[in-house]
Amino acid sequence: MDTPGTLGAALLDAVILLASGDAALLAVLGRTLEVSLAALGIATAVGLPTGAVLGLARGLPARGTVRALIYTGMGLPPVVVGLFVYLLLSRAGPLGDLGWLFSVKAMVLAQTILSVPLVVGLTMAALEGVDPELGPQLAALGATPVQVARTTLREARSGVLAAIAAAFGAAISEVGAVMLVGGNIEGQTRVLTTAILLETRRGQFSLACALGLLLLALTFTLNFVLLRAGERRTLPRAD
Amino acid sequence: MPTEIEFALEDVRRVYAGRTVLDIPALEIRRGELLALVGPSGSGKSTLLRLLNGLEKPDTGRIGFRQQPDLGALPLATRRQITTVFQHPRLLDRSVEENVALGLRIRGVGRATARPRVRELLDELGLAAHARAPAPRLSAGERQRVALARSLAFDPAVLLLDEPTANLDPHNVSLLEERIRRERARRPLTVVLVTHNVFQARRLADRCALLLGGKLVEVGETQRFFETPLDARVTAFVRGEMVW
Repeated sequence: MDTPGTLGAALLDAVILLASGDAALLAVLGRTLEVSLAALGIATAVGLPTGAVLGLARGLPARGTVRALIYTGMGLPPVVVGLFVYLLLSRAGPLGDLGWLFSVKAMVLAQTILSVPLVVGLTMAALEGVDPELGPQLAALGATPVQVARTTLREARSGVLAAIAAAFGAAISEVGAVMLVGGNIEGQTRVLTTAILLETRRGQFSLACALGLLLLALTFTLNFVLLRAGERRTLPRAD
Repeated sequence: MPTEIEFALEDVRRVYAGRTVLDIPALEIRRGELLALVGPSGSGKSTLLRLLNGLEKPDTGRIGFRQQPDLGALPLATRRQITTVFQHPRLLDRSVEENVALGLRIRGVGRATARPRVRELLDELGLAAHARAPAPRLSAGERQRVALARSLAFDPAVLLLDEPTANLDPHNVSLLEERIRRERARRPLTVVLVTHNVFQARRLADRCALLLGGKLVEVGETQRFFETPLDARVTAFVRGEMVW
């Protein structure tokens, strides 16, 4: 067991461990990416159009209530979401027949529930920041409603990318919900965050640090790719 | 040969928050003419343009376009023959040439196909040197020229101009007016120009109309409108004596 006081040494060990290409470590890394990217993909597919509609439909009835609900969703406690998904998927639960509890699918579901409100809320806020006169001017140029929405999303791309980055950050750093519904089973549902928790409890600080560094590197890489993608400037496709 | 009618308005009324901002019993806009709408701020000129472009619908009455009885039910391809140049154009946060290509790209024209037309318009409007520059960094006059170029790029049948030269210097006013004249000389183009500038209306228009409080006071051939108006309010307006 390491001693928690030797952080510098632990970091050095972490680098060595990473460089060794440990198979178990790579498996945890792959699973983390699989769960987080799947959740992010679903959250983006659902959240971007929903946020776009809410951001563009400025005359929507009960807009304040919808906004309050979304902002509440952005602050959902992960453990509560984990508990909800656990009860949903447990044998006696309404979706118990799916047999998803303690599987990667259950972890994806929990992370998606946490990520969707972030994508919706931040996309909506980004679009609300775009000049409201842009839509009518695009329509006057012959744009269809879909083209108006797509072009407005591109104009608000910084905020939209921030929404996706925030959702990815929430998904990949989440621990409470995935621990509850995934169970942190070695070789099956263990991901970086649950592994860090486990190794810290075991006193394996070098390994915990290595996993932490990997988590940071992954988050940085995806955010970097997202930002580069956002810098590309392309015109809307025709319908 | 009878004059073809581009727009036919019948009993058109637009109401905002219980207040009638536009009330036009009848108005015909002829194909290929340049009709100038003059009048003080809040007289309903811009509202009328938004109705003609289908951006808003009248609360009562109807607007016919060519043989179609209802402008609001036009197929997309027909609706795309009408466009507006706004007083404050919102350009995209992209290059000048991408902004000019926008209307073409919306219509499914490929980037390479659009390029020659875009370059031609940039040359004509003195914007070639700014082709790759970010559009939001341009001056007000340059931005307005980009807005005109992006509307002309796809050869619309109807060009609605909402105070396109307000707040521009004489050089830019002249450039825009000249480009509109040239476009009209090149092909049949119906233009509805909203302007505060009676001199501009007199320079460019075939016919002029005065709107006051959402109502059409008088419509007539430009020379007659300015020289022998039928309504005393037109006389006061064109002489700059109307206080509002």
